[in-house]
Amino acid sequence: MVLRKEAVDLVKNICNRYKDEPSPLMLILSDVQKEYGYIPLEVQEVISKEINVPVSEIYGVVTFYNFFSLNPKGKYVIGVCIGTACYVKGGQNIENKFEELLHIKAGQTTPDGKFTIDSLRCIGACALAPALSINGKVYPKMTVDKVATVLKEYQDKE
Amino acid sequence: MVELIKSEALLDKKIATCVDKLDKKFSGQDGMRHIVVCGGTGCLSSESKEILEELERLIKEHNLEDKVSANVVGCFGFCSQGPFVKIYPEDTLYHAVKVSDVAKIFDEDIINHKVVTELLYEDPNTHERIQKQDDINFYAKQKRIVLHGSGTINPENLDEAFGNHSFEALKKVLHMTQQAVVDEVLASGLRGRGGAGFPTGKKWQFALNQVNEQKYVVCNGDEGDPGAFMDRSILEANPVNVIEGMMIAGYAIGARDGYFYVRAEYPIAVIRLKKAIKELEEVGLLGDNILGTKFSFRVHLRLGAGAFVCGEETALLNSIEGKRGMPRPRPPFPAVKGLWDKPTIINNVETLANVAYIINHGASEYSKIGDADSKGTKIFALGGKVKNVGLVEVPMGTTLRTLIFDIGGGIVNDKKFQAIQTGGPSGGCLTEADLDTPIDYGSLIAAGSMMGSGGAIVMDEDNCMVDVAKFYLEFICDESCGKCTPCRIGTKRLLEVLTRITNGNGSMEDLDLLKSLASTIKTGALCGLGQTAANPVLSTLAKFYPVYVEHVTDKKCRNGVCKKLITYNIDPNKCKKCSMCARNCPVGCISGVVGKEAFKIDTKKCIKCGTCMAVCRFGAVYKK
Repeated sequence: MVLRKEAVDLVKNICNRYKDEPSPLMLILSDVQKEYGYIPLEVQEVISKEINVPVSEIYGVVTFYNFFSLNPKGKYVIGVCIGTACYVKGGQNIENKFEELLHIKAGQTTPDGKFTIDSLRCIGACALAPALSINGKVYPKMTVDKVATVLKEYQDKE
Repeated sequence: MVELIKSEALLDKKIATCVDKLDKKFSGQDGMRHIVVCGGTGCLSSESKEILEELERLIKEHNLEDKVSANVVGCFGFCSQGPFVKIYPEDTLYHAVKVSDVAKIFDEDIINHKVVTELLYEDPNTHERIQKQDDINFYAKQKRIVLHGSGTINPENLDEAFGNHSFEALKKVLHMTQQAVVDEVLASGLRGRGGAGFPTGKKWQFALNQVNEQKYVVCNGDEGDPGAFMDRSILEANPVNVIEGMMIAGYAIGARDGYFYVRAEYPIAVIRLKKAIKELEEVGLLGDNILGTKFSFRVHLRLGAGAFVCGEETALLNSIEGKRGMPRPRPPFPAVKGLWDKPTIINNVETLANVAYIINHGASEYSKIGDADSKGTKIFALGGKVKNVGLVEVPMGTTLRTLIFDIGGGIVNDKKFQAIQTGGPSGGCLTEADLDTPIDYGSLIAAGSMMGSGGAIVMDEDNCMVDVAKFYLEFICDESCGKCTPCRIGTKRLLEVLTRITNGNGSMEDLDLLKSLASTIKTGALCGLGQTAANPVLSTLAKFYPVYVEHVTDKKCRNGVCKKLITYNIDPNKCKKCSMCARNCPVGCISGVVGKEAFKIDTKKCIKCGTCMAVCRFGAVYKK
């Protein structure tokens, strides 16, 4: 894959934001993940040239952290909380229901690129357990029955 | 134009004005009424933002801007009862408010000065409606030092932080020698609130002893313990207090730069922290020559990227440096060689949030709180199967019983208490027999758990402790950084054995294997998280050995959690032949004839999803 010029410019711009920082890699990767959606090898090569860090090292960092992904995520990322408070209140069953309805496993994206299921380790909404978040919006006190309704909300959207 | 606060006199003036303004706000002397709405993560997801917007709209619509105000405040802590709306000066607290309740609150309370009784908290025992926060049982046994400003001040308004006496401690410190500040913190008995409980003053002393042009203070806000949200709430509710604590630490050890490392999963905390940093820079309280002294300090913010191990301090340093978050061997300790190889202290959010209080009230006053072993208070994120879920700050030495049954209100649906897990995946579980254990560093370790960062998950009779141990091991296997063999491979093997046991394929030898493997990991792993990775296994083995034996020898899970060990059945005597179960069964394994023949589950086809049990209104479905 060859990156389009706009993509290269975007990544270069991001690198430029942190040119005065002593170790800018994490800051750059966070922004790229947020603004570009994922961090493929081609993008890592651009970053490597810009900040003079070997691609091997960048790849090591990208694959270490859960927030960075090598592949594009779905338009709607369903983060099911499997933190302890949610787990003891049945969070796993919620995740299973999403897997059943979307025919994918946690960590995967639907073929149409619309949904990704992520297992999250505690989003800190423990009082609302079991909780989930879809593109940042938190759904409190979930039950297996509510899963289909919540999903429908997004299936109906573009 | 922002007015600069570049001298003590200006700071004094600013604080005095803000304190006066805040006092008048709460007492009603300013002739106004003030509405505050909880803006913690929990309440925001229950539409507290919309509630605030609706209130603002109504105030505007009624042209009451000069008589009524509305603003956001930090977490009230009683998260299971949120969202909260509080009205000053009457100090009326409304709970579980919905957007649709706002008009009523506005019409009855704001316009007609009548309390909306049905929105007051109802005591579950006396059924009395309670108007004031302090009269609610959940708050009565707490001591809120660190959470003092939570639910009170607007975290996005610097003036309210000054009104809460922020920066008085820093001002005081600037007149003290560095050694005197370290001595004060040492004398207070403050110990790290992030897990290990190392004396904070000692840590500071090590860093002060280092001669180096550049030193760093790092605030660890990478709250990875699943089920814990103390640090998030503190940062969301009163970020200025934590920044002040960091600055005092910086002054004490001779650092000019401080780094916050906060989980990326906490967007609201990050936004508020950023805003506070920016505003403090604008008024000159962060930057060069603070208050006209030689002390200069800058604060930087770094976000985590979803790695539990980065909560380990040396892994966190690597992450700030843009590397994989893997722990470093010690020594050298960070106080000698830390961030970019410079002397560094790493303190947890809650630890730093205690510092200003200690300086303002004095070490001797502070050390009166708590018991012989541990000083001050500890915040717990009380969660799981307890009635009152939320954030609780108690003096050290409070018993677990008080925490769970008085403050927590007991177990949901009045089921039987089984265990409480403190310390998250690094901690252990405590049972009925441990309920009178005082919460302090020493006692919790003696009882077989640890303080940890403050996660406290309550489990009832419906949870299987072998399954809980397996849950923690899954977490640890996912999150192990892979650097050292005992943690990387050892925890994987532990998980395999636990999976075998919960699937009904375990043997008695497996139990011995678990024990010896767990002990090896404990002694052999590189970092604190690795060394404690096997604790959930060791602690459940110690406290629930008979349950393990049942899983192994009888192939039975007495609480009906481990799916492979249970079967669902229908009691023909209770079955009303309604077919509800059969219609909902996803695999069609239930047969019977409506109105004529009791329904039956084909246990060979059953996937044990539990749907039939959930939908049966007559309690005819049971598992064994």
